[in-house]
Order: sequence, then C-alpha cells, then structure tokens
Amino acid sequence: MVNFILRRMLAAIPVMAMVAVIVFAILRLTPGDPAAIIAGDSATAEQLDQIRRVMGLDQPIYMQFFIWIGQLVRGDLGVSLLSGTPVSQMIVDRMGPSLALCLSTITLSVLLALPLGILAAWRQGKLLDRFVMATSVLGFSVPVFVTAYLLILVFSLKLGWFPVQGYRSPDEGLWMFVRSLTLPTLALSTVYVALIARITRTSIIEVMGEDFIRTARAKGLRERGVLLGHALRNAAVPIVTIIGVGIALLISGVVVTESVFNLPGLGRLVVEAVLGRDYPVIQALILLFAFIYVLINLVVDTLYTVFDPRIRY
Amino acid sequence: MSLSNRFSLRKLMLSAALASAFVVTAPAVQAQTINAVMHSSVRVLDPIMTTAHITRNHGYMIYDTLLATDAKNEIQPQMVEKWEASADGKSYTFTLRPGLKWHDGTPVTAEDCVASIKRWAEQDKMGQMMTGQMSEMKVIDANSFVMVFKEATDIAVRALAKPSGIAPFMMPKRIAETPSTQPIKEFIGSGPFKMVAAEFKPGLQVVYEKNTDYVPRKEPASGLAGGKVVNVDRVKWVAMPDAMTSVNALINGEIDYLEQMPYDLLPLVENNPDIVLDVFDPQGYQTVMRMNFLNPPFDNKKVRQAAMYAVGQEDVLQALVGNPKYFKTCAALFGCGLPYESQAGAEVTVKPNIARAKELLKEAGYKGEPVVILQPTDAASVKTQPVVIGQALRAAGFNVQMQAMDWQTLVTRRASQASLADGGWNIFATNNVMAEALDPLRAFGVAANGKQAWFGWPDVPQIEVLRKQFALTTDLAEQKKLANDIQALVVEEGVLLPMGQYYVPAAIRKTLSKPVEAPVPVFWNMKKTGK
Repeated sequence: MVNFILRRMLAAIPVMAMVAVIVFAILRLTPGDPAAIIAGDSATAEQLDQIRRVMGLDQPIYMQFFIWIGQLVRGDLGVSLLSGTPVSQMIVDRMGPSLALCLSTITLSVLLALPLGILAAWRQGKLLDRFVMATSVLGFSVPVFVTAYLLILVFSLKLGWFPVQGYRSPDEGLWMFVRSLTLPTLALSTVYVALIARITRTSIIEVMGEDFIRTARAKGLRERGVLLGHALRNAAVPIVTIIGVGIALLISGVVVTESVFNLPGLGRLVVEAVLGRDYPVIQALILLFAFIYVLINLVVDTLYTVFDPRIRY
Repeated sequence: MSLSNRFSLRKLMLSAALASAFVVTAPAVQAQTINAVMHSSVRVLDPIMTTAHITRNHGYMIYDTLLATDAKNEIQPQMVEKWEASADGKSYTFTLRPGLKWHDGTPVTAEDCVASIKRWAEQDKMGQMMTGQMSEMKVIDANSFVMVFKEATDIAVRALAKPSGIAPFMMPKRIAETPSTQPIKEFIGSGPFKMVAAEFKPGLQVVYEKNTDYVPRKEPASGLAGGKVVNVDRVKWVAMPDAMTSVNALINGEIDYLEQMPYDLLPLVENNPDIVLDVFDPQGYQTVMRMNFLNPPFDNKKVRQAAMYAVGQEDVLQALVGNPKYFKTCAALFGCGLPYESQAGAEVTVKPNIARAKELLKEAGYKGEPVVILQPTDAASVKTQPVVIGQALRAAGFNVQMQAMDWQTLVTRRASQASLADGGWNIFATNNVMAEALDPLRAFGVAANGKQAWFGWPDVPQIEVLRKQFALTTDLAEQKKLANDIQALVVEEGVLLPMGQYYVPAAIRKTLSKPVEAPVPVFWNMKKTGK
C-alpha cells in the first residue's frame, strides 16, 4: 500500500509538469494584456511598453516560462501582476471560504443523499422511490443560481434568518460562520444530493440482485441488516468514487455560488484573475486544482481497498 | 449521584459547550462604518499608474489635490491657500495652507508637491501637455513653489484642478520619487481618510478610517472642492461580483451604499421606503463611437461621415439605459449643460439619417469592404452600443462583421494598428465620465495627432493647432469659440461620435445623509445614523 501511494505521488510529478506547460501556453495564446489593463484608457504605447518591462512581460515567452518554473521549484508562486500581492498569500486568504463551503456541502450531501438513495433502492418502484428520483431530477435540473436566489428571497429577505451575502470566518464566532454558510451550502448541495442519491440507489439495486444478498436473507437477516450490513458496503465503490469526484468538482466549481453569495473563495479568485489576465495567479490556481484532483483520486483509490478487500495494489 | 442527576449534568455541560461555541464575539467598541459596494473592486492602488475609475476614487479617499473643481466647474484652492500669476502670465506661484500633514504625521512640504506633480505629469496627457510648455518648476520654501512657462498660459491651474482621468494627487516625496511606471508600495496621503493597509484584500475589500489630523477647509463642500468633513469612523468598500446580490444586500440592510444601481433592477428599490435612489454625479457619462483611421474603409473621410449619419443617439441610449429619466440625446462633444456646450455638427450626430449615409457611401465608392466592430459581451455599460451601431451600419449598406469578446480582449485588440487580416479593427464603443471629457484638453479622444493619438489614431493637424490655442488662451469666450471649432472639426472628420449622455443612479439606505454631488463618489460630509 505504501509503495502504491509513493508510486502515485511520483506519477503526479509529470502530470503537474504537463499541466504547468499547458496552462502557461494557453494563457500566453489568449488575447489580453495585463499592462493595458493596469494602464487604462489613455496610456500611450510607450507607457505600456514601460509597464510591460517592469512586469517582465517584455521577455521572450520561453524566458518567462523558465523564470516561472524556477520560481516554482523554489516554492515561490510569484506576485499578482495587478495588486503586487504574493500569490501564495492570496491563495491562503481565499482558501478558507472555499474549503468551508466544500466540506459543508459534501457533508450535508452525503448525510442526506445516502439515506435517500438507500430508501429509494429499498422501496424500488414504490411511491417513495419515485418521489426521491423525481426530486433528484429537479435537483439536477434547477441551476444553482436559481436555487440560490430563491433561498435568499425566502430565508433572507422574507424571514430574515440568514444574511444575503458575505462570509464570516470561525474566528468571528461559530454562529456567524454557520449563518454565513447555511444558504450557500443548501444551494450547492441540491445538485450533489441528487447525484449521490441516484448513484447510491443504482449501486444498491445492482448489489441487491447478487447471490450473497439472497444468502443473507435466507439465513434470516432482517432487511435493515441486509441493506446496511451487506448491500451498502458492497455498493460503496461507485458511491465513494462519485463523492470523490464531487469534492474535486466542488473545489474548483463553486464560482457561481461564491459569486451569488459574495463568498471570497478560490472560485471567484479564478474568475477575477482570468478577467484581469493576472497570469501568475491563474497559473498557480490551475496547478493547485490539478494537485487537488490528483490527491483526491489517490484518496479514493486507497479507500477502495477499505470497502472492497478484493482490491489490492 | 443518581442517574437522573448524572443525565441533567450531562445536559447542562452540553448546553454550556454549545452556548460557548455559538457565542458571537463582538468588538469592544463598534465603529460607525459605511459599508459601500462600488462599481468595481480595487486591485491597483497607485492612482498615477492607471486611469481606472475605482483607483481614482480610492485616490480621493486618501490623497488630496492642490486645486479642485467645485459644483459649478470653477477652480478652487484645496491644499493650497492661494496661487498667484505673475504680471506676464508666465509663472504661477502656489502656497500651501498651514497645518497639512501626511498620514504618517510629517508635514506636507512644497518639495513633496513638486515631486508628486512631476510623477503625475509623466503619466497624464494633460500633465504632459503642461510639462511641454513649462520651462521650470522649483521650490521657493517649505510652503511654496513656482511653475514657469515659456508662454503666458493658465494651463497649470487647469491641469492641477483636473478631477478625473489621472488626477494630480499629492504624495510624500519619498513615495512620489517612485518611477511612474512602477507601482508605489506605501499608501500615505494627506486626504480625509487613511487606508487600513492590514485590511486591504485585493479584489475583495478596502477599508478606510477617518484621518483625525485632517484639517478641512472652512468653505462648504461643493463638487470636489470645499471642506471635506469626515463624520464616520470607517468606510468599507466591499466588492460584490453579482449585481442582484448587491441590491439584495442593500434591501436587507447589509450595505448602506450602492454606487451604481443597475437599470434593470431599479423596480426592486424604487418604492422601498428605506432606500433613496438618486443621481449624485449630475454631469454623468457620455457614450462614444470610435473609428480606426488606419484601416479601410474608414481611412476615407466620407465613409466615416456615412457611419456617423447612420447611428442615432436615441437608439443607442434606449438599448444602453432604457429609462428616459436617466439619459438625454446631446450633440455637445464636451457635454450638455457644461461650460463648452456646442451644437456644432448636431445634424450629423443626434438623429440617424440613413438616406444621407447611403449617399455618402455611394460618393465614397464603398465596395463592401468589411467593417469589424469589437463587441465586448461581459461589461453591461459597453455591450449594447456595438449591437445598435452594427444594425445601423447594416441599414446604411455596410458589410458589418461583429466580433464578440471580453472587455479585456477588446482593450488589447484596440491597441493594434494592424490590418483587419492581421487582427486589426474598425469600430469600438466606450464611455467617458463627463468630468474627464468636458473640454478639448481633458477629452483625450479628441486629440488628433496621428499615431500619438488615442486608439483609432486620427490625423487632423488643424485640431491639434486649435487644442494648443485652447491651452494657451485664458479668455473664456475665446476658449468657448475654440471648443466649438474643435467640435465642428471632430464631427466633420469623423474623429469621435458622441452617442448621448446618461446618468447612473446610486442607491443608498435612508440611514445615510445625502452625499455631496460630485463627478467622483465621495464619502466626506456623509453622516450615518446607527452603526
């Protein structure tokens, strides 16, 4: 197992290197000039050249690439072209809200979706199953921003229970933190509850047809025991996979939720950096997301061995 | 201990733990804070490096200017106590008012101001024009300095009172000596607010606190001039990427001030008893169309005129604003209701005349060369104009090619002097704050000195001659005549098409007092009830 983890970690290095080359190339091929953005409307060509020189954008592209790679090897992500702030500091500042939102969303989604999926599988074809499946289709279909605005309308503007926007860190009080995350978590969870509940249902239905389930029933085990003790564990591999994919998607895919609820997270930082052509910030964030994907894949693959002892690496 | 007692104790401990976990940590003394959502987030903090309006607005919070324009567009002293022109009109002496301090507590000196003016003049077009006519600028003593010009001119006074574009903000000498193409690292001014550097988060928030050392002028606040009295402890600018969220936050009382209310969301607050909706920049904005003189077919004057005849202001403004309460058609290149208002060329600029446009195209021998219009799709204030222009040009017989892109791509693309085949362009539209376009010197789109001019690169030497005369004359009547002649030439040559004037309402909670009307959103003299 240790060997497997080490091998996978080593394999991540060429993956990250490829990502670095691709993201650098794509950014330099995209039209846009950070110097023009900083200088504004009335800048002359000479002023733009001077600003490019100060930013190092006048260097040949291969030189810019090697300078960046050199910085990366030294653990330096560079500084924002627009604000001059170290990129590592920007990422640390923005990591909290995204991480909190992802964890709360995935926790709530798993807590709701697993029982719903199991119940739907247990009552396959019955009213409860149809209800869960119809609701999950709704969860998939309604865009997150629509759910978000509806939640804001009801729970913030009408009832006044939660703030419309903003993020409060746990340092400002746990209740404030929970309040600021409640609506974003609910809005974002709808999609993941639907996704995980459907996968759970399908996986369990598949497993319920297996011989060992018939054996379990034949030896007199109650239906609850069959479902939770035998079916769920054997259906865990696809469920864990989808939860892992969900976490990875969440980390980089919370742009809409962060914008609607004005959460200062990484998703918003990506959009701001792309619109401002802030190359060092975009490059660092894409690398970070790639690393998170690699890491989550590794964790998921490792978890397979826990749920299915037949899997060995 | 009985079982029930043990159970109660457990419940008590659990309750205590929960209560302590959920306790809200309130600050010891809550400062009175105005929470504002501005039109954009602050990332660049150096107001001399960029013309971005949000950075200019930030500049007015923490820096001060030597002179300022009041609500009537008249020039008033601000940091200076007085200025005097020599008898021959060639030199201007400025004397600072006593008691001015930088935010670090050191006194403001003439040396600081001279260094600040030099740095500003390297970046600003009007500053460059001023420097071109200046023979020397020297410090007389700690509180005064003199600017000497080659010819008699009051350009120094007009330039130093310039409210927008790059405003001439004063900084300590050690900061002002930073090369103008490199961003400054310290943000110390002498303005009414201090920036709280520790709370600055690029793209998210910037926080200002009252500068208790600031000595406001005695005169009442008017425009950007007069006494800047700060009545609150802090002002916090929070960035919100979603307009709907900003409006909801305002309705819910989470913010106090929304600088730019989106027109389509006006009905949400119009009848709200807690919210005031008003225009606090009475000069407003102007939307303009620019053609590229370097690329066919607009290298032909008659084709440029045809395009101008085709576009009607009402159509553009309806698409951009929609609500007639907030726009007006206006032929005046330097603004309606402003000092240099003129109707020259109104027959071309205001109403569409497709028949005349077709005639001109025929006279010009237009053979259907493509017209590439740059269309930004991500910025609400500039995304509708190209669509209307495109439709108008098609109606006149142009072969229009719309090219959709984000605004930042447009900003890069419009700097290209290449042919269409190599990524060049023909038309783009943008907006000016009237404060930076109300005379022929401030309006950088009017400059027509070929490849030195703003994107589009018009080459009309006569306009430059008139602009220089405008810079040199101190007679208002003469200035007005020159501005009229420049406007006539700009329309005749197709340098810039004014497409009307519009106003953006701000929405504020009733807990705030009415802001000072100015071309820049200002937070001095504003009061707030409650925290």
